[in-house]
Amino acid sequence: MRRIRTVTSLAAAAILLVAGCGTADQDSATPAPGGSGGALTPIKLQLQWFYQAQFAGYIAAVDQGFYKEQGLDVQLLEGGVDIVPQTVLAQGKADYAVAWVPKALASREQGAGITDVGQIFGRSGTYQVAWKDSGITKAADLKGKKVGNWGFGNEFELFAGMTKAGLDPGKDVTLVQQQFDMQALLKKEIDAAQAMSYNEYAQLLEAKNPATGKLYTADDFSIIDWKTEGSSMLQDAVWANTEKLNDPAYQQQTVKFLTGTIKGWAFCRDNAEKCRDLVVAKGSKLGKSHQLWQVNEVNKLIWPAAGGIGVIDDANWKQTVDISMTTKNQTGDTVLTKAPDGLAFTNDYINQAITAAKGAGVDVNGTSFQPTTVTLTEGGA
Amino acid sequence: MRKTLYVLAGLAFFAVLWEGYKLVGNPEGTVLLGVRVLPRADDLSMPHLWTVVERLGRPELTGGRPVWIVVVQACLFTLGITAAGFVIGALVGLLLAVAMERFRLVERGLLPYVILSQTVPLVALAPLVAGWGGTIMPPWATVSVIAAYLAFFPVAVGMLRGLQSPSASGVELMRSYAAGWWRTLVKLRFPSALPYLFPALRLAGAAAVVGAVVGEISTGTRGGVGRLIIEYSREATSDPAKVYTAMLGAALLGLVVAGLVSLLEVPLMRHRRHVEVVTL
Repeated sequence: MRRIRTVTSLAAAAILLVAGCGTADQDSATPAPGGSGGALTPIKLQLQWFYQAQFAGYIAAVDQGFYKEQGLDVQLLEGGVDIVPQTVLAQGKADYAVAWVPKALASREQGAGITDVGQIFGRSGTYQVAWKDSGITKAADLKGKKVGNWGFGNEFELFAGMTKAGLDPGKDVTLVQQQFDMQALLKKEIDAAQAMSYNEYAQLLEAKNPATGKLYTADDFSIIDWKTEGSSMLQDAVWANTEKLNDPAYQQQTVKFLTGTIKGWAFCRDNAEKCRDLVVAKGSKLGKSHQLWQVNEVNKLIWPAAGGIGVIDDANWKQTVDISMTTKNQTGDTVLTKAPDGLAFTNDYINQAITAAKGAGVDVNGTSFQPTTVTLTEGGA
Repeated sequence: MRKTLYVLAGLAFFAVLWEGYKLVGNPEGTVLLGVRVLPRADDLSMPHLWTVVERLGRPELTGGRPVWIVVVQACLFTLGITAAGFVIGALVGLLLAVAMERFRLVERGLLPYVILSQTVPLVALAPLVAGWGGTIMPPWATVSVIAAYLAFFPVAVGMLRGLQSPSASGVELMRSYAAGWWRTLVKLRFPSALPYLFPALRLAGAAAVVGAVVGEISTGTRGGVGRLIIEYSREATSDPAKVYTAMLGAALLGLVVAGLVSLLEVPLMRHRRHVEVVTL
């Protein structure tokens, strides 16, 4: 990450140079018109990736008018391979961003002025998946195995889990850089693969077993869930610009934005299929059954929310920060070199938003939430 | 006619190579001293060509449009981005070349940076440019900027060589006619630069395609074939043939752009000699 940053500044210099040499043709580009909703405040929310059910709550809040009720005209910005949401936010190109806590904290340490104002996913969705017949069921079983990991800061739960189980990730396992599909596990090139419960794991269950001609089932695989191993870290959170949080107008806007967001996620809890349709209508290339699976799994990461959706739990935050500071990856790096300073997170705004949502009759705890059983079809179609 | 035959023969050769390897290659790949020297030949890594073709005909998702229509549409979108990037890049390159030819100082000062510009990795450039989308230009135009950024380089360097190619006696003749800089440029330097320009444009065309596809992947710009590749590759676990349909589209796009660029030279180069020009 740090290396990319220096290169970025080089690139900036190069661009300025080229731009300075008379690219008059760029004037032809017309700026996209901003919010057209009269008195609505235009807001940009930077997502981590393309539209998919991981962001269903935000999509639903836009579609169902929950943000409009709050006087906000929210525009969702899709992510991409090289789009770093917290950087986009820190640069002022978006008003809020969705990002994983450890990665955002790493950006903070490098100077990004951002604050976690709503911990939407209270739980981590990262698994390490292995074949059932491999006998791998817990972190300690990974000893001597080929272990796939994504790198780029997505690997720390795995490393913390292995360290906790008494393994030295550098010596006791063979680490393999994993692609963003699960082919390596299916081809048995690796013994255990990193997977998100709501995405890659579903892709395994959408693939056909050549031996039987049928889809793989959950019985074919075993899962190491970092939540039960005690090395999970906080993931999707809403981040705001720290400096702007001094401005009362931005504070109010943040409360309103979070209120709309809470309503959106509560809507998806109670209307999973409708939310799936909203995501599919947004032009996601992933199929319907895959998206419904994703809505359902993401709901599990949020609900039930004992302290209310989005409230940052001190113990979870501490665990995330501790792992970020102490766990080394294969190159010996930790996510953070020191404890986060300044305003890394605050529950001020989410609590106000919860009060507002409750006042509007929204169930912000989802105590009675029951996940459904989703049947995946081949290719998720 | 002959050219078309060669292209078809090339395609057939590739198809035979692919299927031939699948036939004789080890499905588990060949590993030598712990290093995989030959790729796996199983259906998950290398689907049969007919599986890919058949996938093109089937709907993208249940009830959706067939994949080939989606891919062709994406390619057309990317073609538009490529064209815009190519035109901008070629113009910028041309202007830079003229400026560098006119002023020695500009050449000395600028040429190293022109070369340096191409060492900046796209992955660093793309997010920076992507931020302009939606504020000062539509998101697709940012990808055009990336394409232009790659395309301007061969034109600038090749055209500079071309503009400097007239012999000293030619330049002196123009001077003896009392022709000014502009007249010398139009009557002498441009015509003699043409054989240098077209190979440079062909390189620029290829660079613009790469820039557009990689730019789309990098910034996640919706609608093009780059985005399609990344979306389909995520489904490679369960539908390995799908990602190859998008890659096929990208390859086709490259061929189309190369063809279109070479059409440019037909009217201008009819009576000129072809020279081998090394622009890099």
